[in-house]
Amino acid sequence: MEFLTEFPSMGRRDLTSLRQAIDETFRSFSRAYGESLENFFDPLLHFLIWFEKLLLGMPWPLFLIIIGGLAWLGSRSWKITVASVLAFVAIGVLGMWEDTMATMAIISVATLVCIVVGIPLGILMARSDRTQSVITPVLDVMQTIPSFVYLIPVVMLLGIGKVPGLLAVCIYAIPPIVRLTNLGIRLVDKDVLEAADAFGASPKQKLLGVQVPLALPNIFAGINQTIMMALSMVVIASMIGVKGLGVPVLRAVSNQYLALGLMNGLAIVALAIIFDRVTQSYGKRLQAYRGQSK
Amino acid sequence: MTQTKVSIKNLYKIFGNNPKKVLPDVKAGMTKPELLDKHNHVLGIHDVSLDIPEKQIQVVMGLSGSGKSTLIRHINRLIEPTDGEILIDGENVLAMNDTQLREMRRKKMAMVFQKFGLLPHRRIAENVAYGLEIQGVPEAEAQKRAQHWIDRVGLTGYEEHYPGQLSGGMQQRVGLARALANDADILLMDEAFSALDPLIRFDMQSILLELQKELHKTIIFITHDLDEALRLGDNIAILRDGAMIQQGDAQEIVLKPADDYIADFTKDINRAKVIRLTGLKSPVSGYNGPTLPGSTVLEEALSPLAQAPDQTIGVTDKTGAVTGTVNLTQAIEALHG
Repeated sequence: MEFLTEFPSMGRRDLTSLRQAIDETFRSFSRAYGESLENFFDPLLHFLIWFEKLLLGMPWPLFLIIIGGLAWLGSRSWKITVASVLAFVAIGVLGMWEDTMATMAIISVATLVCIVVGIPLGILMARSDRTQSVITPVLDVMQTIPSFVYLIPVVMLLGIGKVPGLLAVCIYAIPPIVRLTNLGIRLVDKDVLEAADAFGASPKQKLLGVQVPLALPNIFAGINQTIMMALSMVVIASMIGVKGLGVPVLRAVSNQYLALGLMNGLAIVALAIIFDRVTQSYGKRLQAYRGQSK
Repeated sequence: MTQTKVSIKNLYKIFGNNPKKVLPDVKAGMTKPELLDKHNHVLGIHDVSLDIPEKQIQVVMGLSGSGKSTLIRHINRLIEPTDGEILIDGENVLAMNDTQLREMRRKKMAMVFQKFGLLPHRRIAENVAYGLEIQGVPEAEAQKRAQHWIDRVGLTGYEEHYPGQLSGGMQQRVGLARALANDADILLMDEAFSALDPLIRFDMQSILLELQKELHKTIIFITHDLDEALRLGDNIAILRDGAMIQQGDAQEIVLKPADDYIADFTKDINRAKVIRLTGLKSPVSGYNGPTLPGSTVLEEALSPLAQAPDQTIGVTDKTGAVTGTVNLTQAIEALHG
């Protein structure tokens, strides 16, 4: 009877040695390659630091003008533009300017990395069903595995700091842009592609002239989702040494500072809403040609 | 006899997992339902041979599923055949590599699609210039040539619109202009007017015929509509279940249908508007009386016939020489089929 009620597990000693073996292998891997990996990510680190300094060193009125300008270019809506500027003014008045700039820096760089890596990956996926069947489960894992779990190997490899934080954000935030690029390209009308073929378009001409432009609204929805997910990683990234709005939130959690947590949390929400509204209305304008009738 | 522009020889297309394996069975006479039953392959094109003369309109007609759209896609190799040969200007299309094939699609032919196939994110002018852009024609030159064809199909003023803003008929004018802008010898038209309502379709046919009078392109026109086939086609080929069952000009199709299937097709058409005197004439020598050109349709020939002496009238060819005679009884019999 005991056999049925108690699951026949491997036994404590075997399990321990299995875990130790895995840990040991990874440790020696990180000892061997940790430094070269760090060197590999060095340019990224320099870029991130440079960008953060740029934002922090910028006179705040200039930053507000730039934010307003970008919001206007993206949305062409006075409501969104004014609301964006006011949100940043409130953030500054409430003393969160520096943390917000640090968060802006890491979100921007993470989004950039996700775009640069994610869009080509999505294009590759759209080109072959086999690639798609390999990448899809990887993306599923990246999105569902608890972030703390992949923080462990990342920290083991690269230590604590900006780059591991950036990587953690990217791992979590890249799936939507890959998926939506893939989807967008696969959804391009077959008749239009056939026409391009019939006129003798080369694969490159088809990709850049037909597939990517027609997939752009979907790609843009992917970028939007990527930004949102990157923002939601801010607090977790602060656990491994990323500066920004996450740090005070973390402090507030451990010390039960309600107001501090709430204010910084709301600042993150404000950033999210601004990014979301601006990118979404830009995405809508991209497909203006679709809805028009005579 | 005019020169052959496109020559299709013993073309087979079988859809399925392993078409090459079942090809011998098909060549040995296996029918379409048998093939589907035994091997789970679909017979798309069954031993089609067709010589398409240059500078004429060749219509390929058939109901849906007859393989006509599959056939036209073999000419520019959007579909790879299972077996057979396709020659364009004597050049074997199937032997071409990717680069040669692209070159041929860019320079030798242009295609018009049933569902238009316009690029929705480009303005009309950019759509018409698309083929030129693919060829690498400089932008200013491409715009100039595109504008010429936009004007020719009557879309002046719509250059800056998007395809989604135009009606179906206007969108297909864009499709036609895009194809003509390529300045290719061969025009492939896959059910180009089938998605349009009847009045617009008639207009588009008129535009095409008018343009053809001066352009003299080799046009391969796919349709399921017999009226359209008879109106446009210098030559008509009829497909059923992927096989060619009759080819000839409109007169032959209507007056001498190859089988009941085609006879059924031609039953409902207005014969008075299709049959021409030249299809009915009996040979004569030394005829001396009133004449009509051979291209006169019966509708217009009936009353001259009734008034003519002996109710018989001479038929002349293009040079005006009398080639035969037709009498009223013959005409009336032809009308009843």
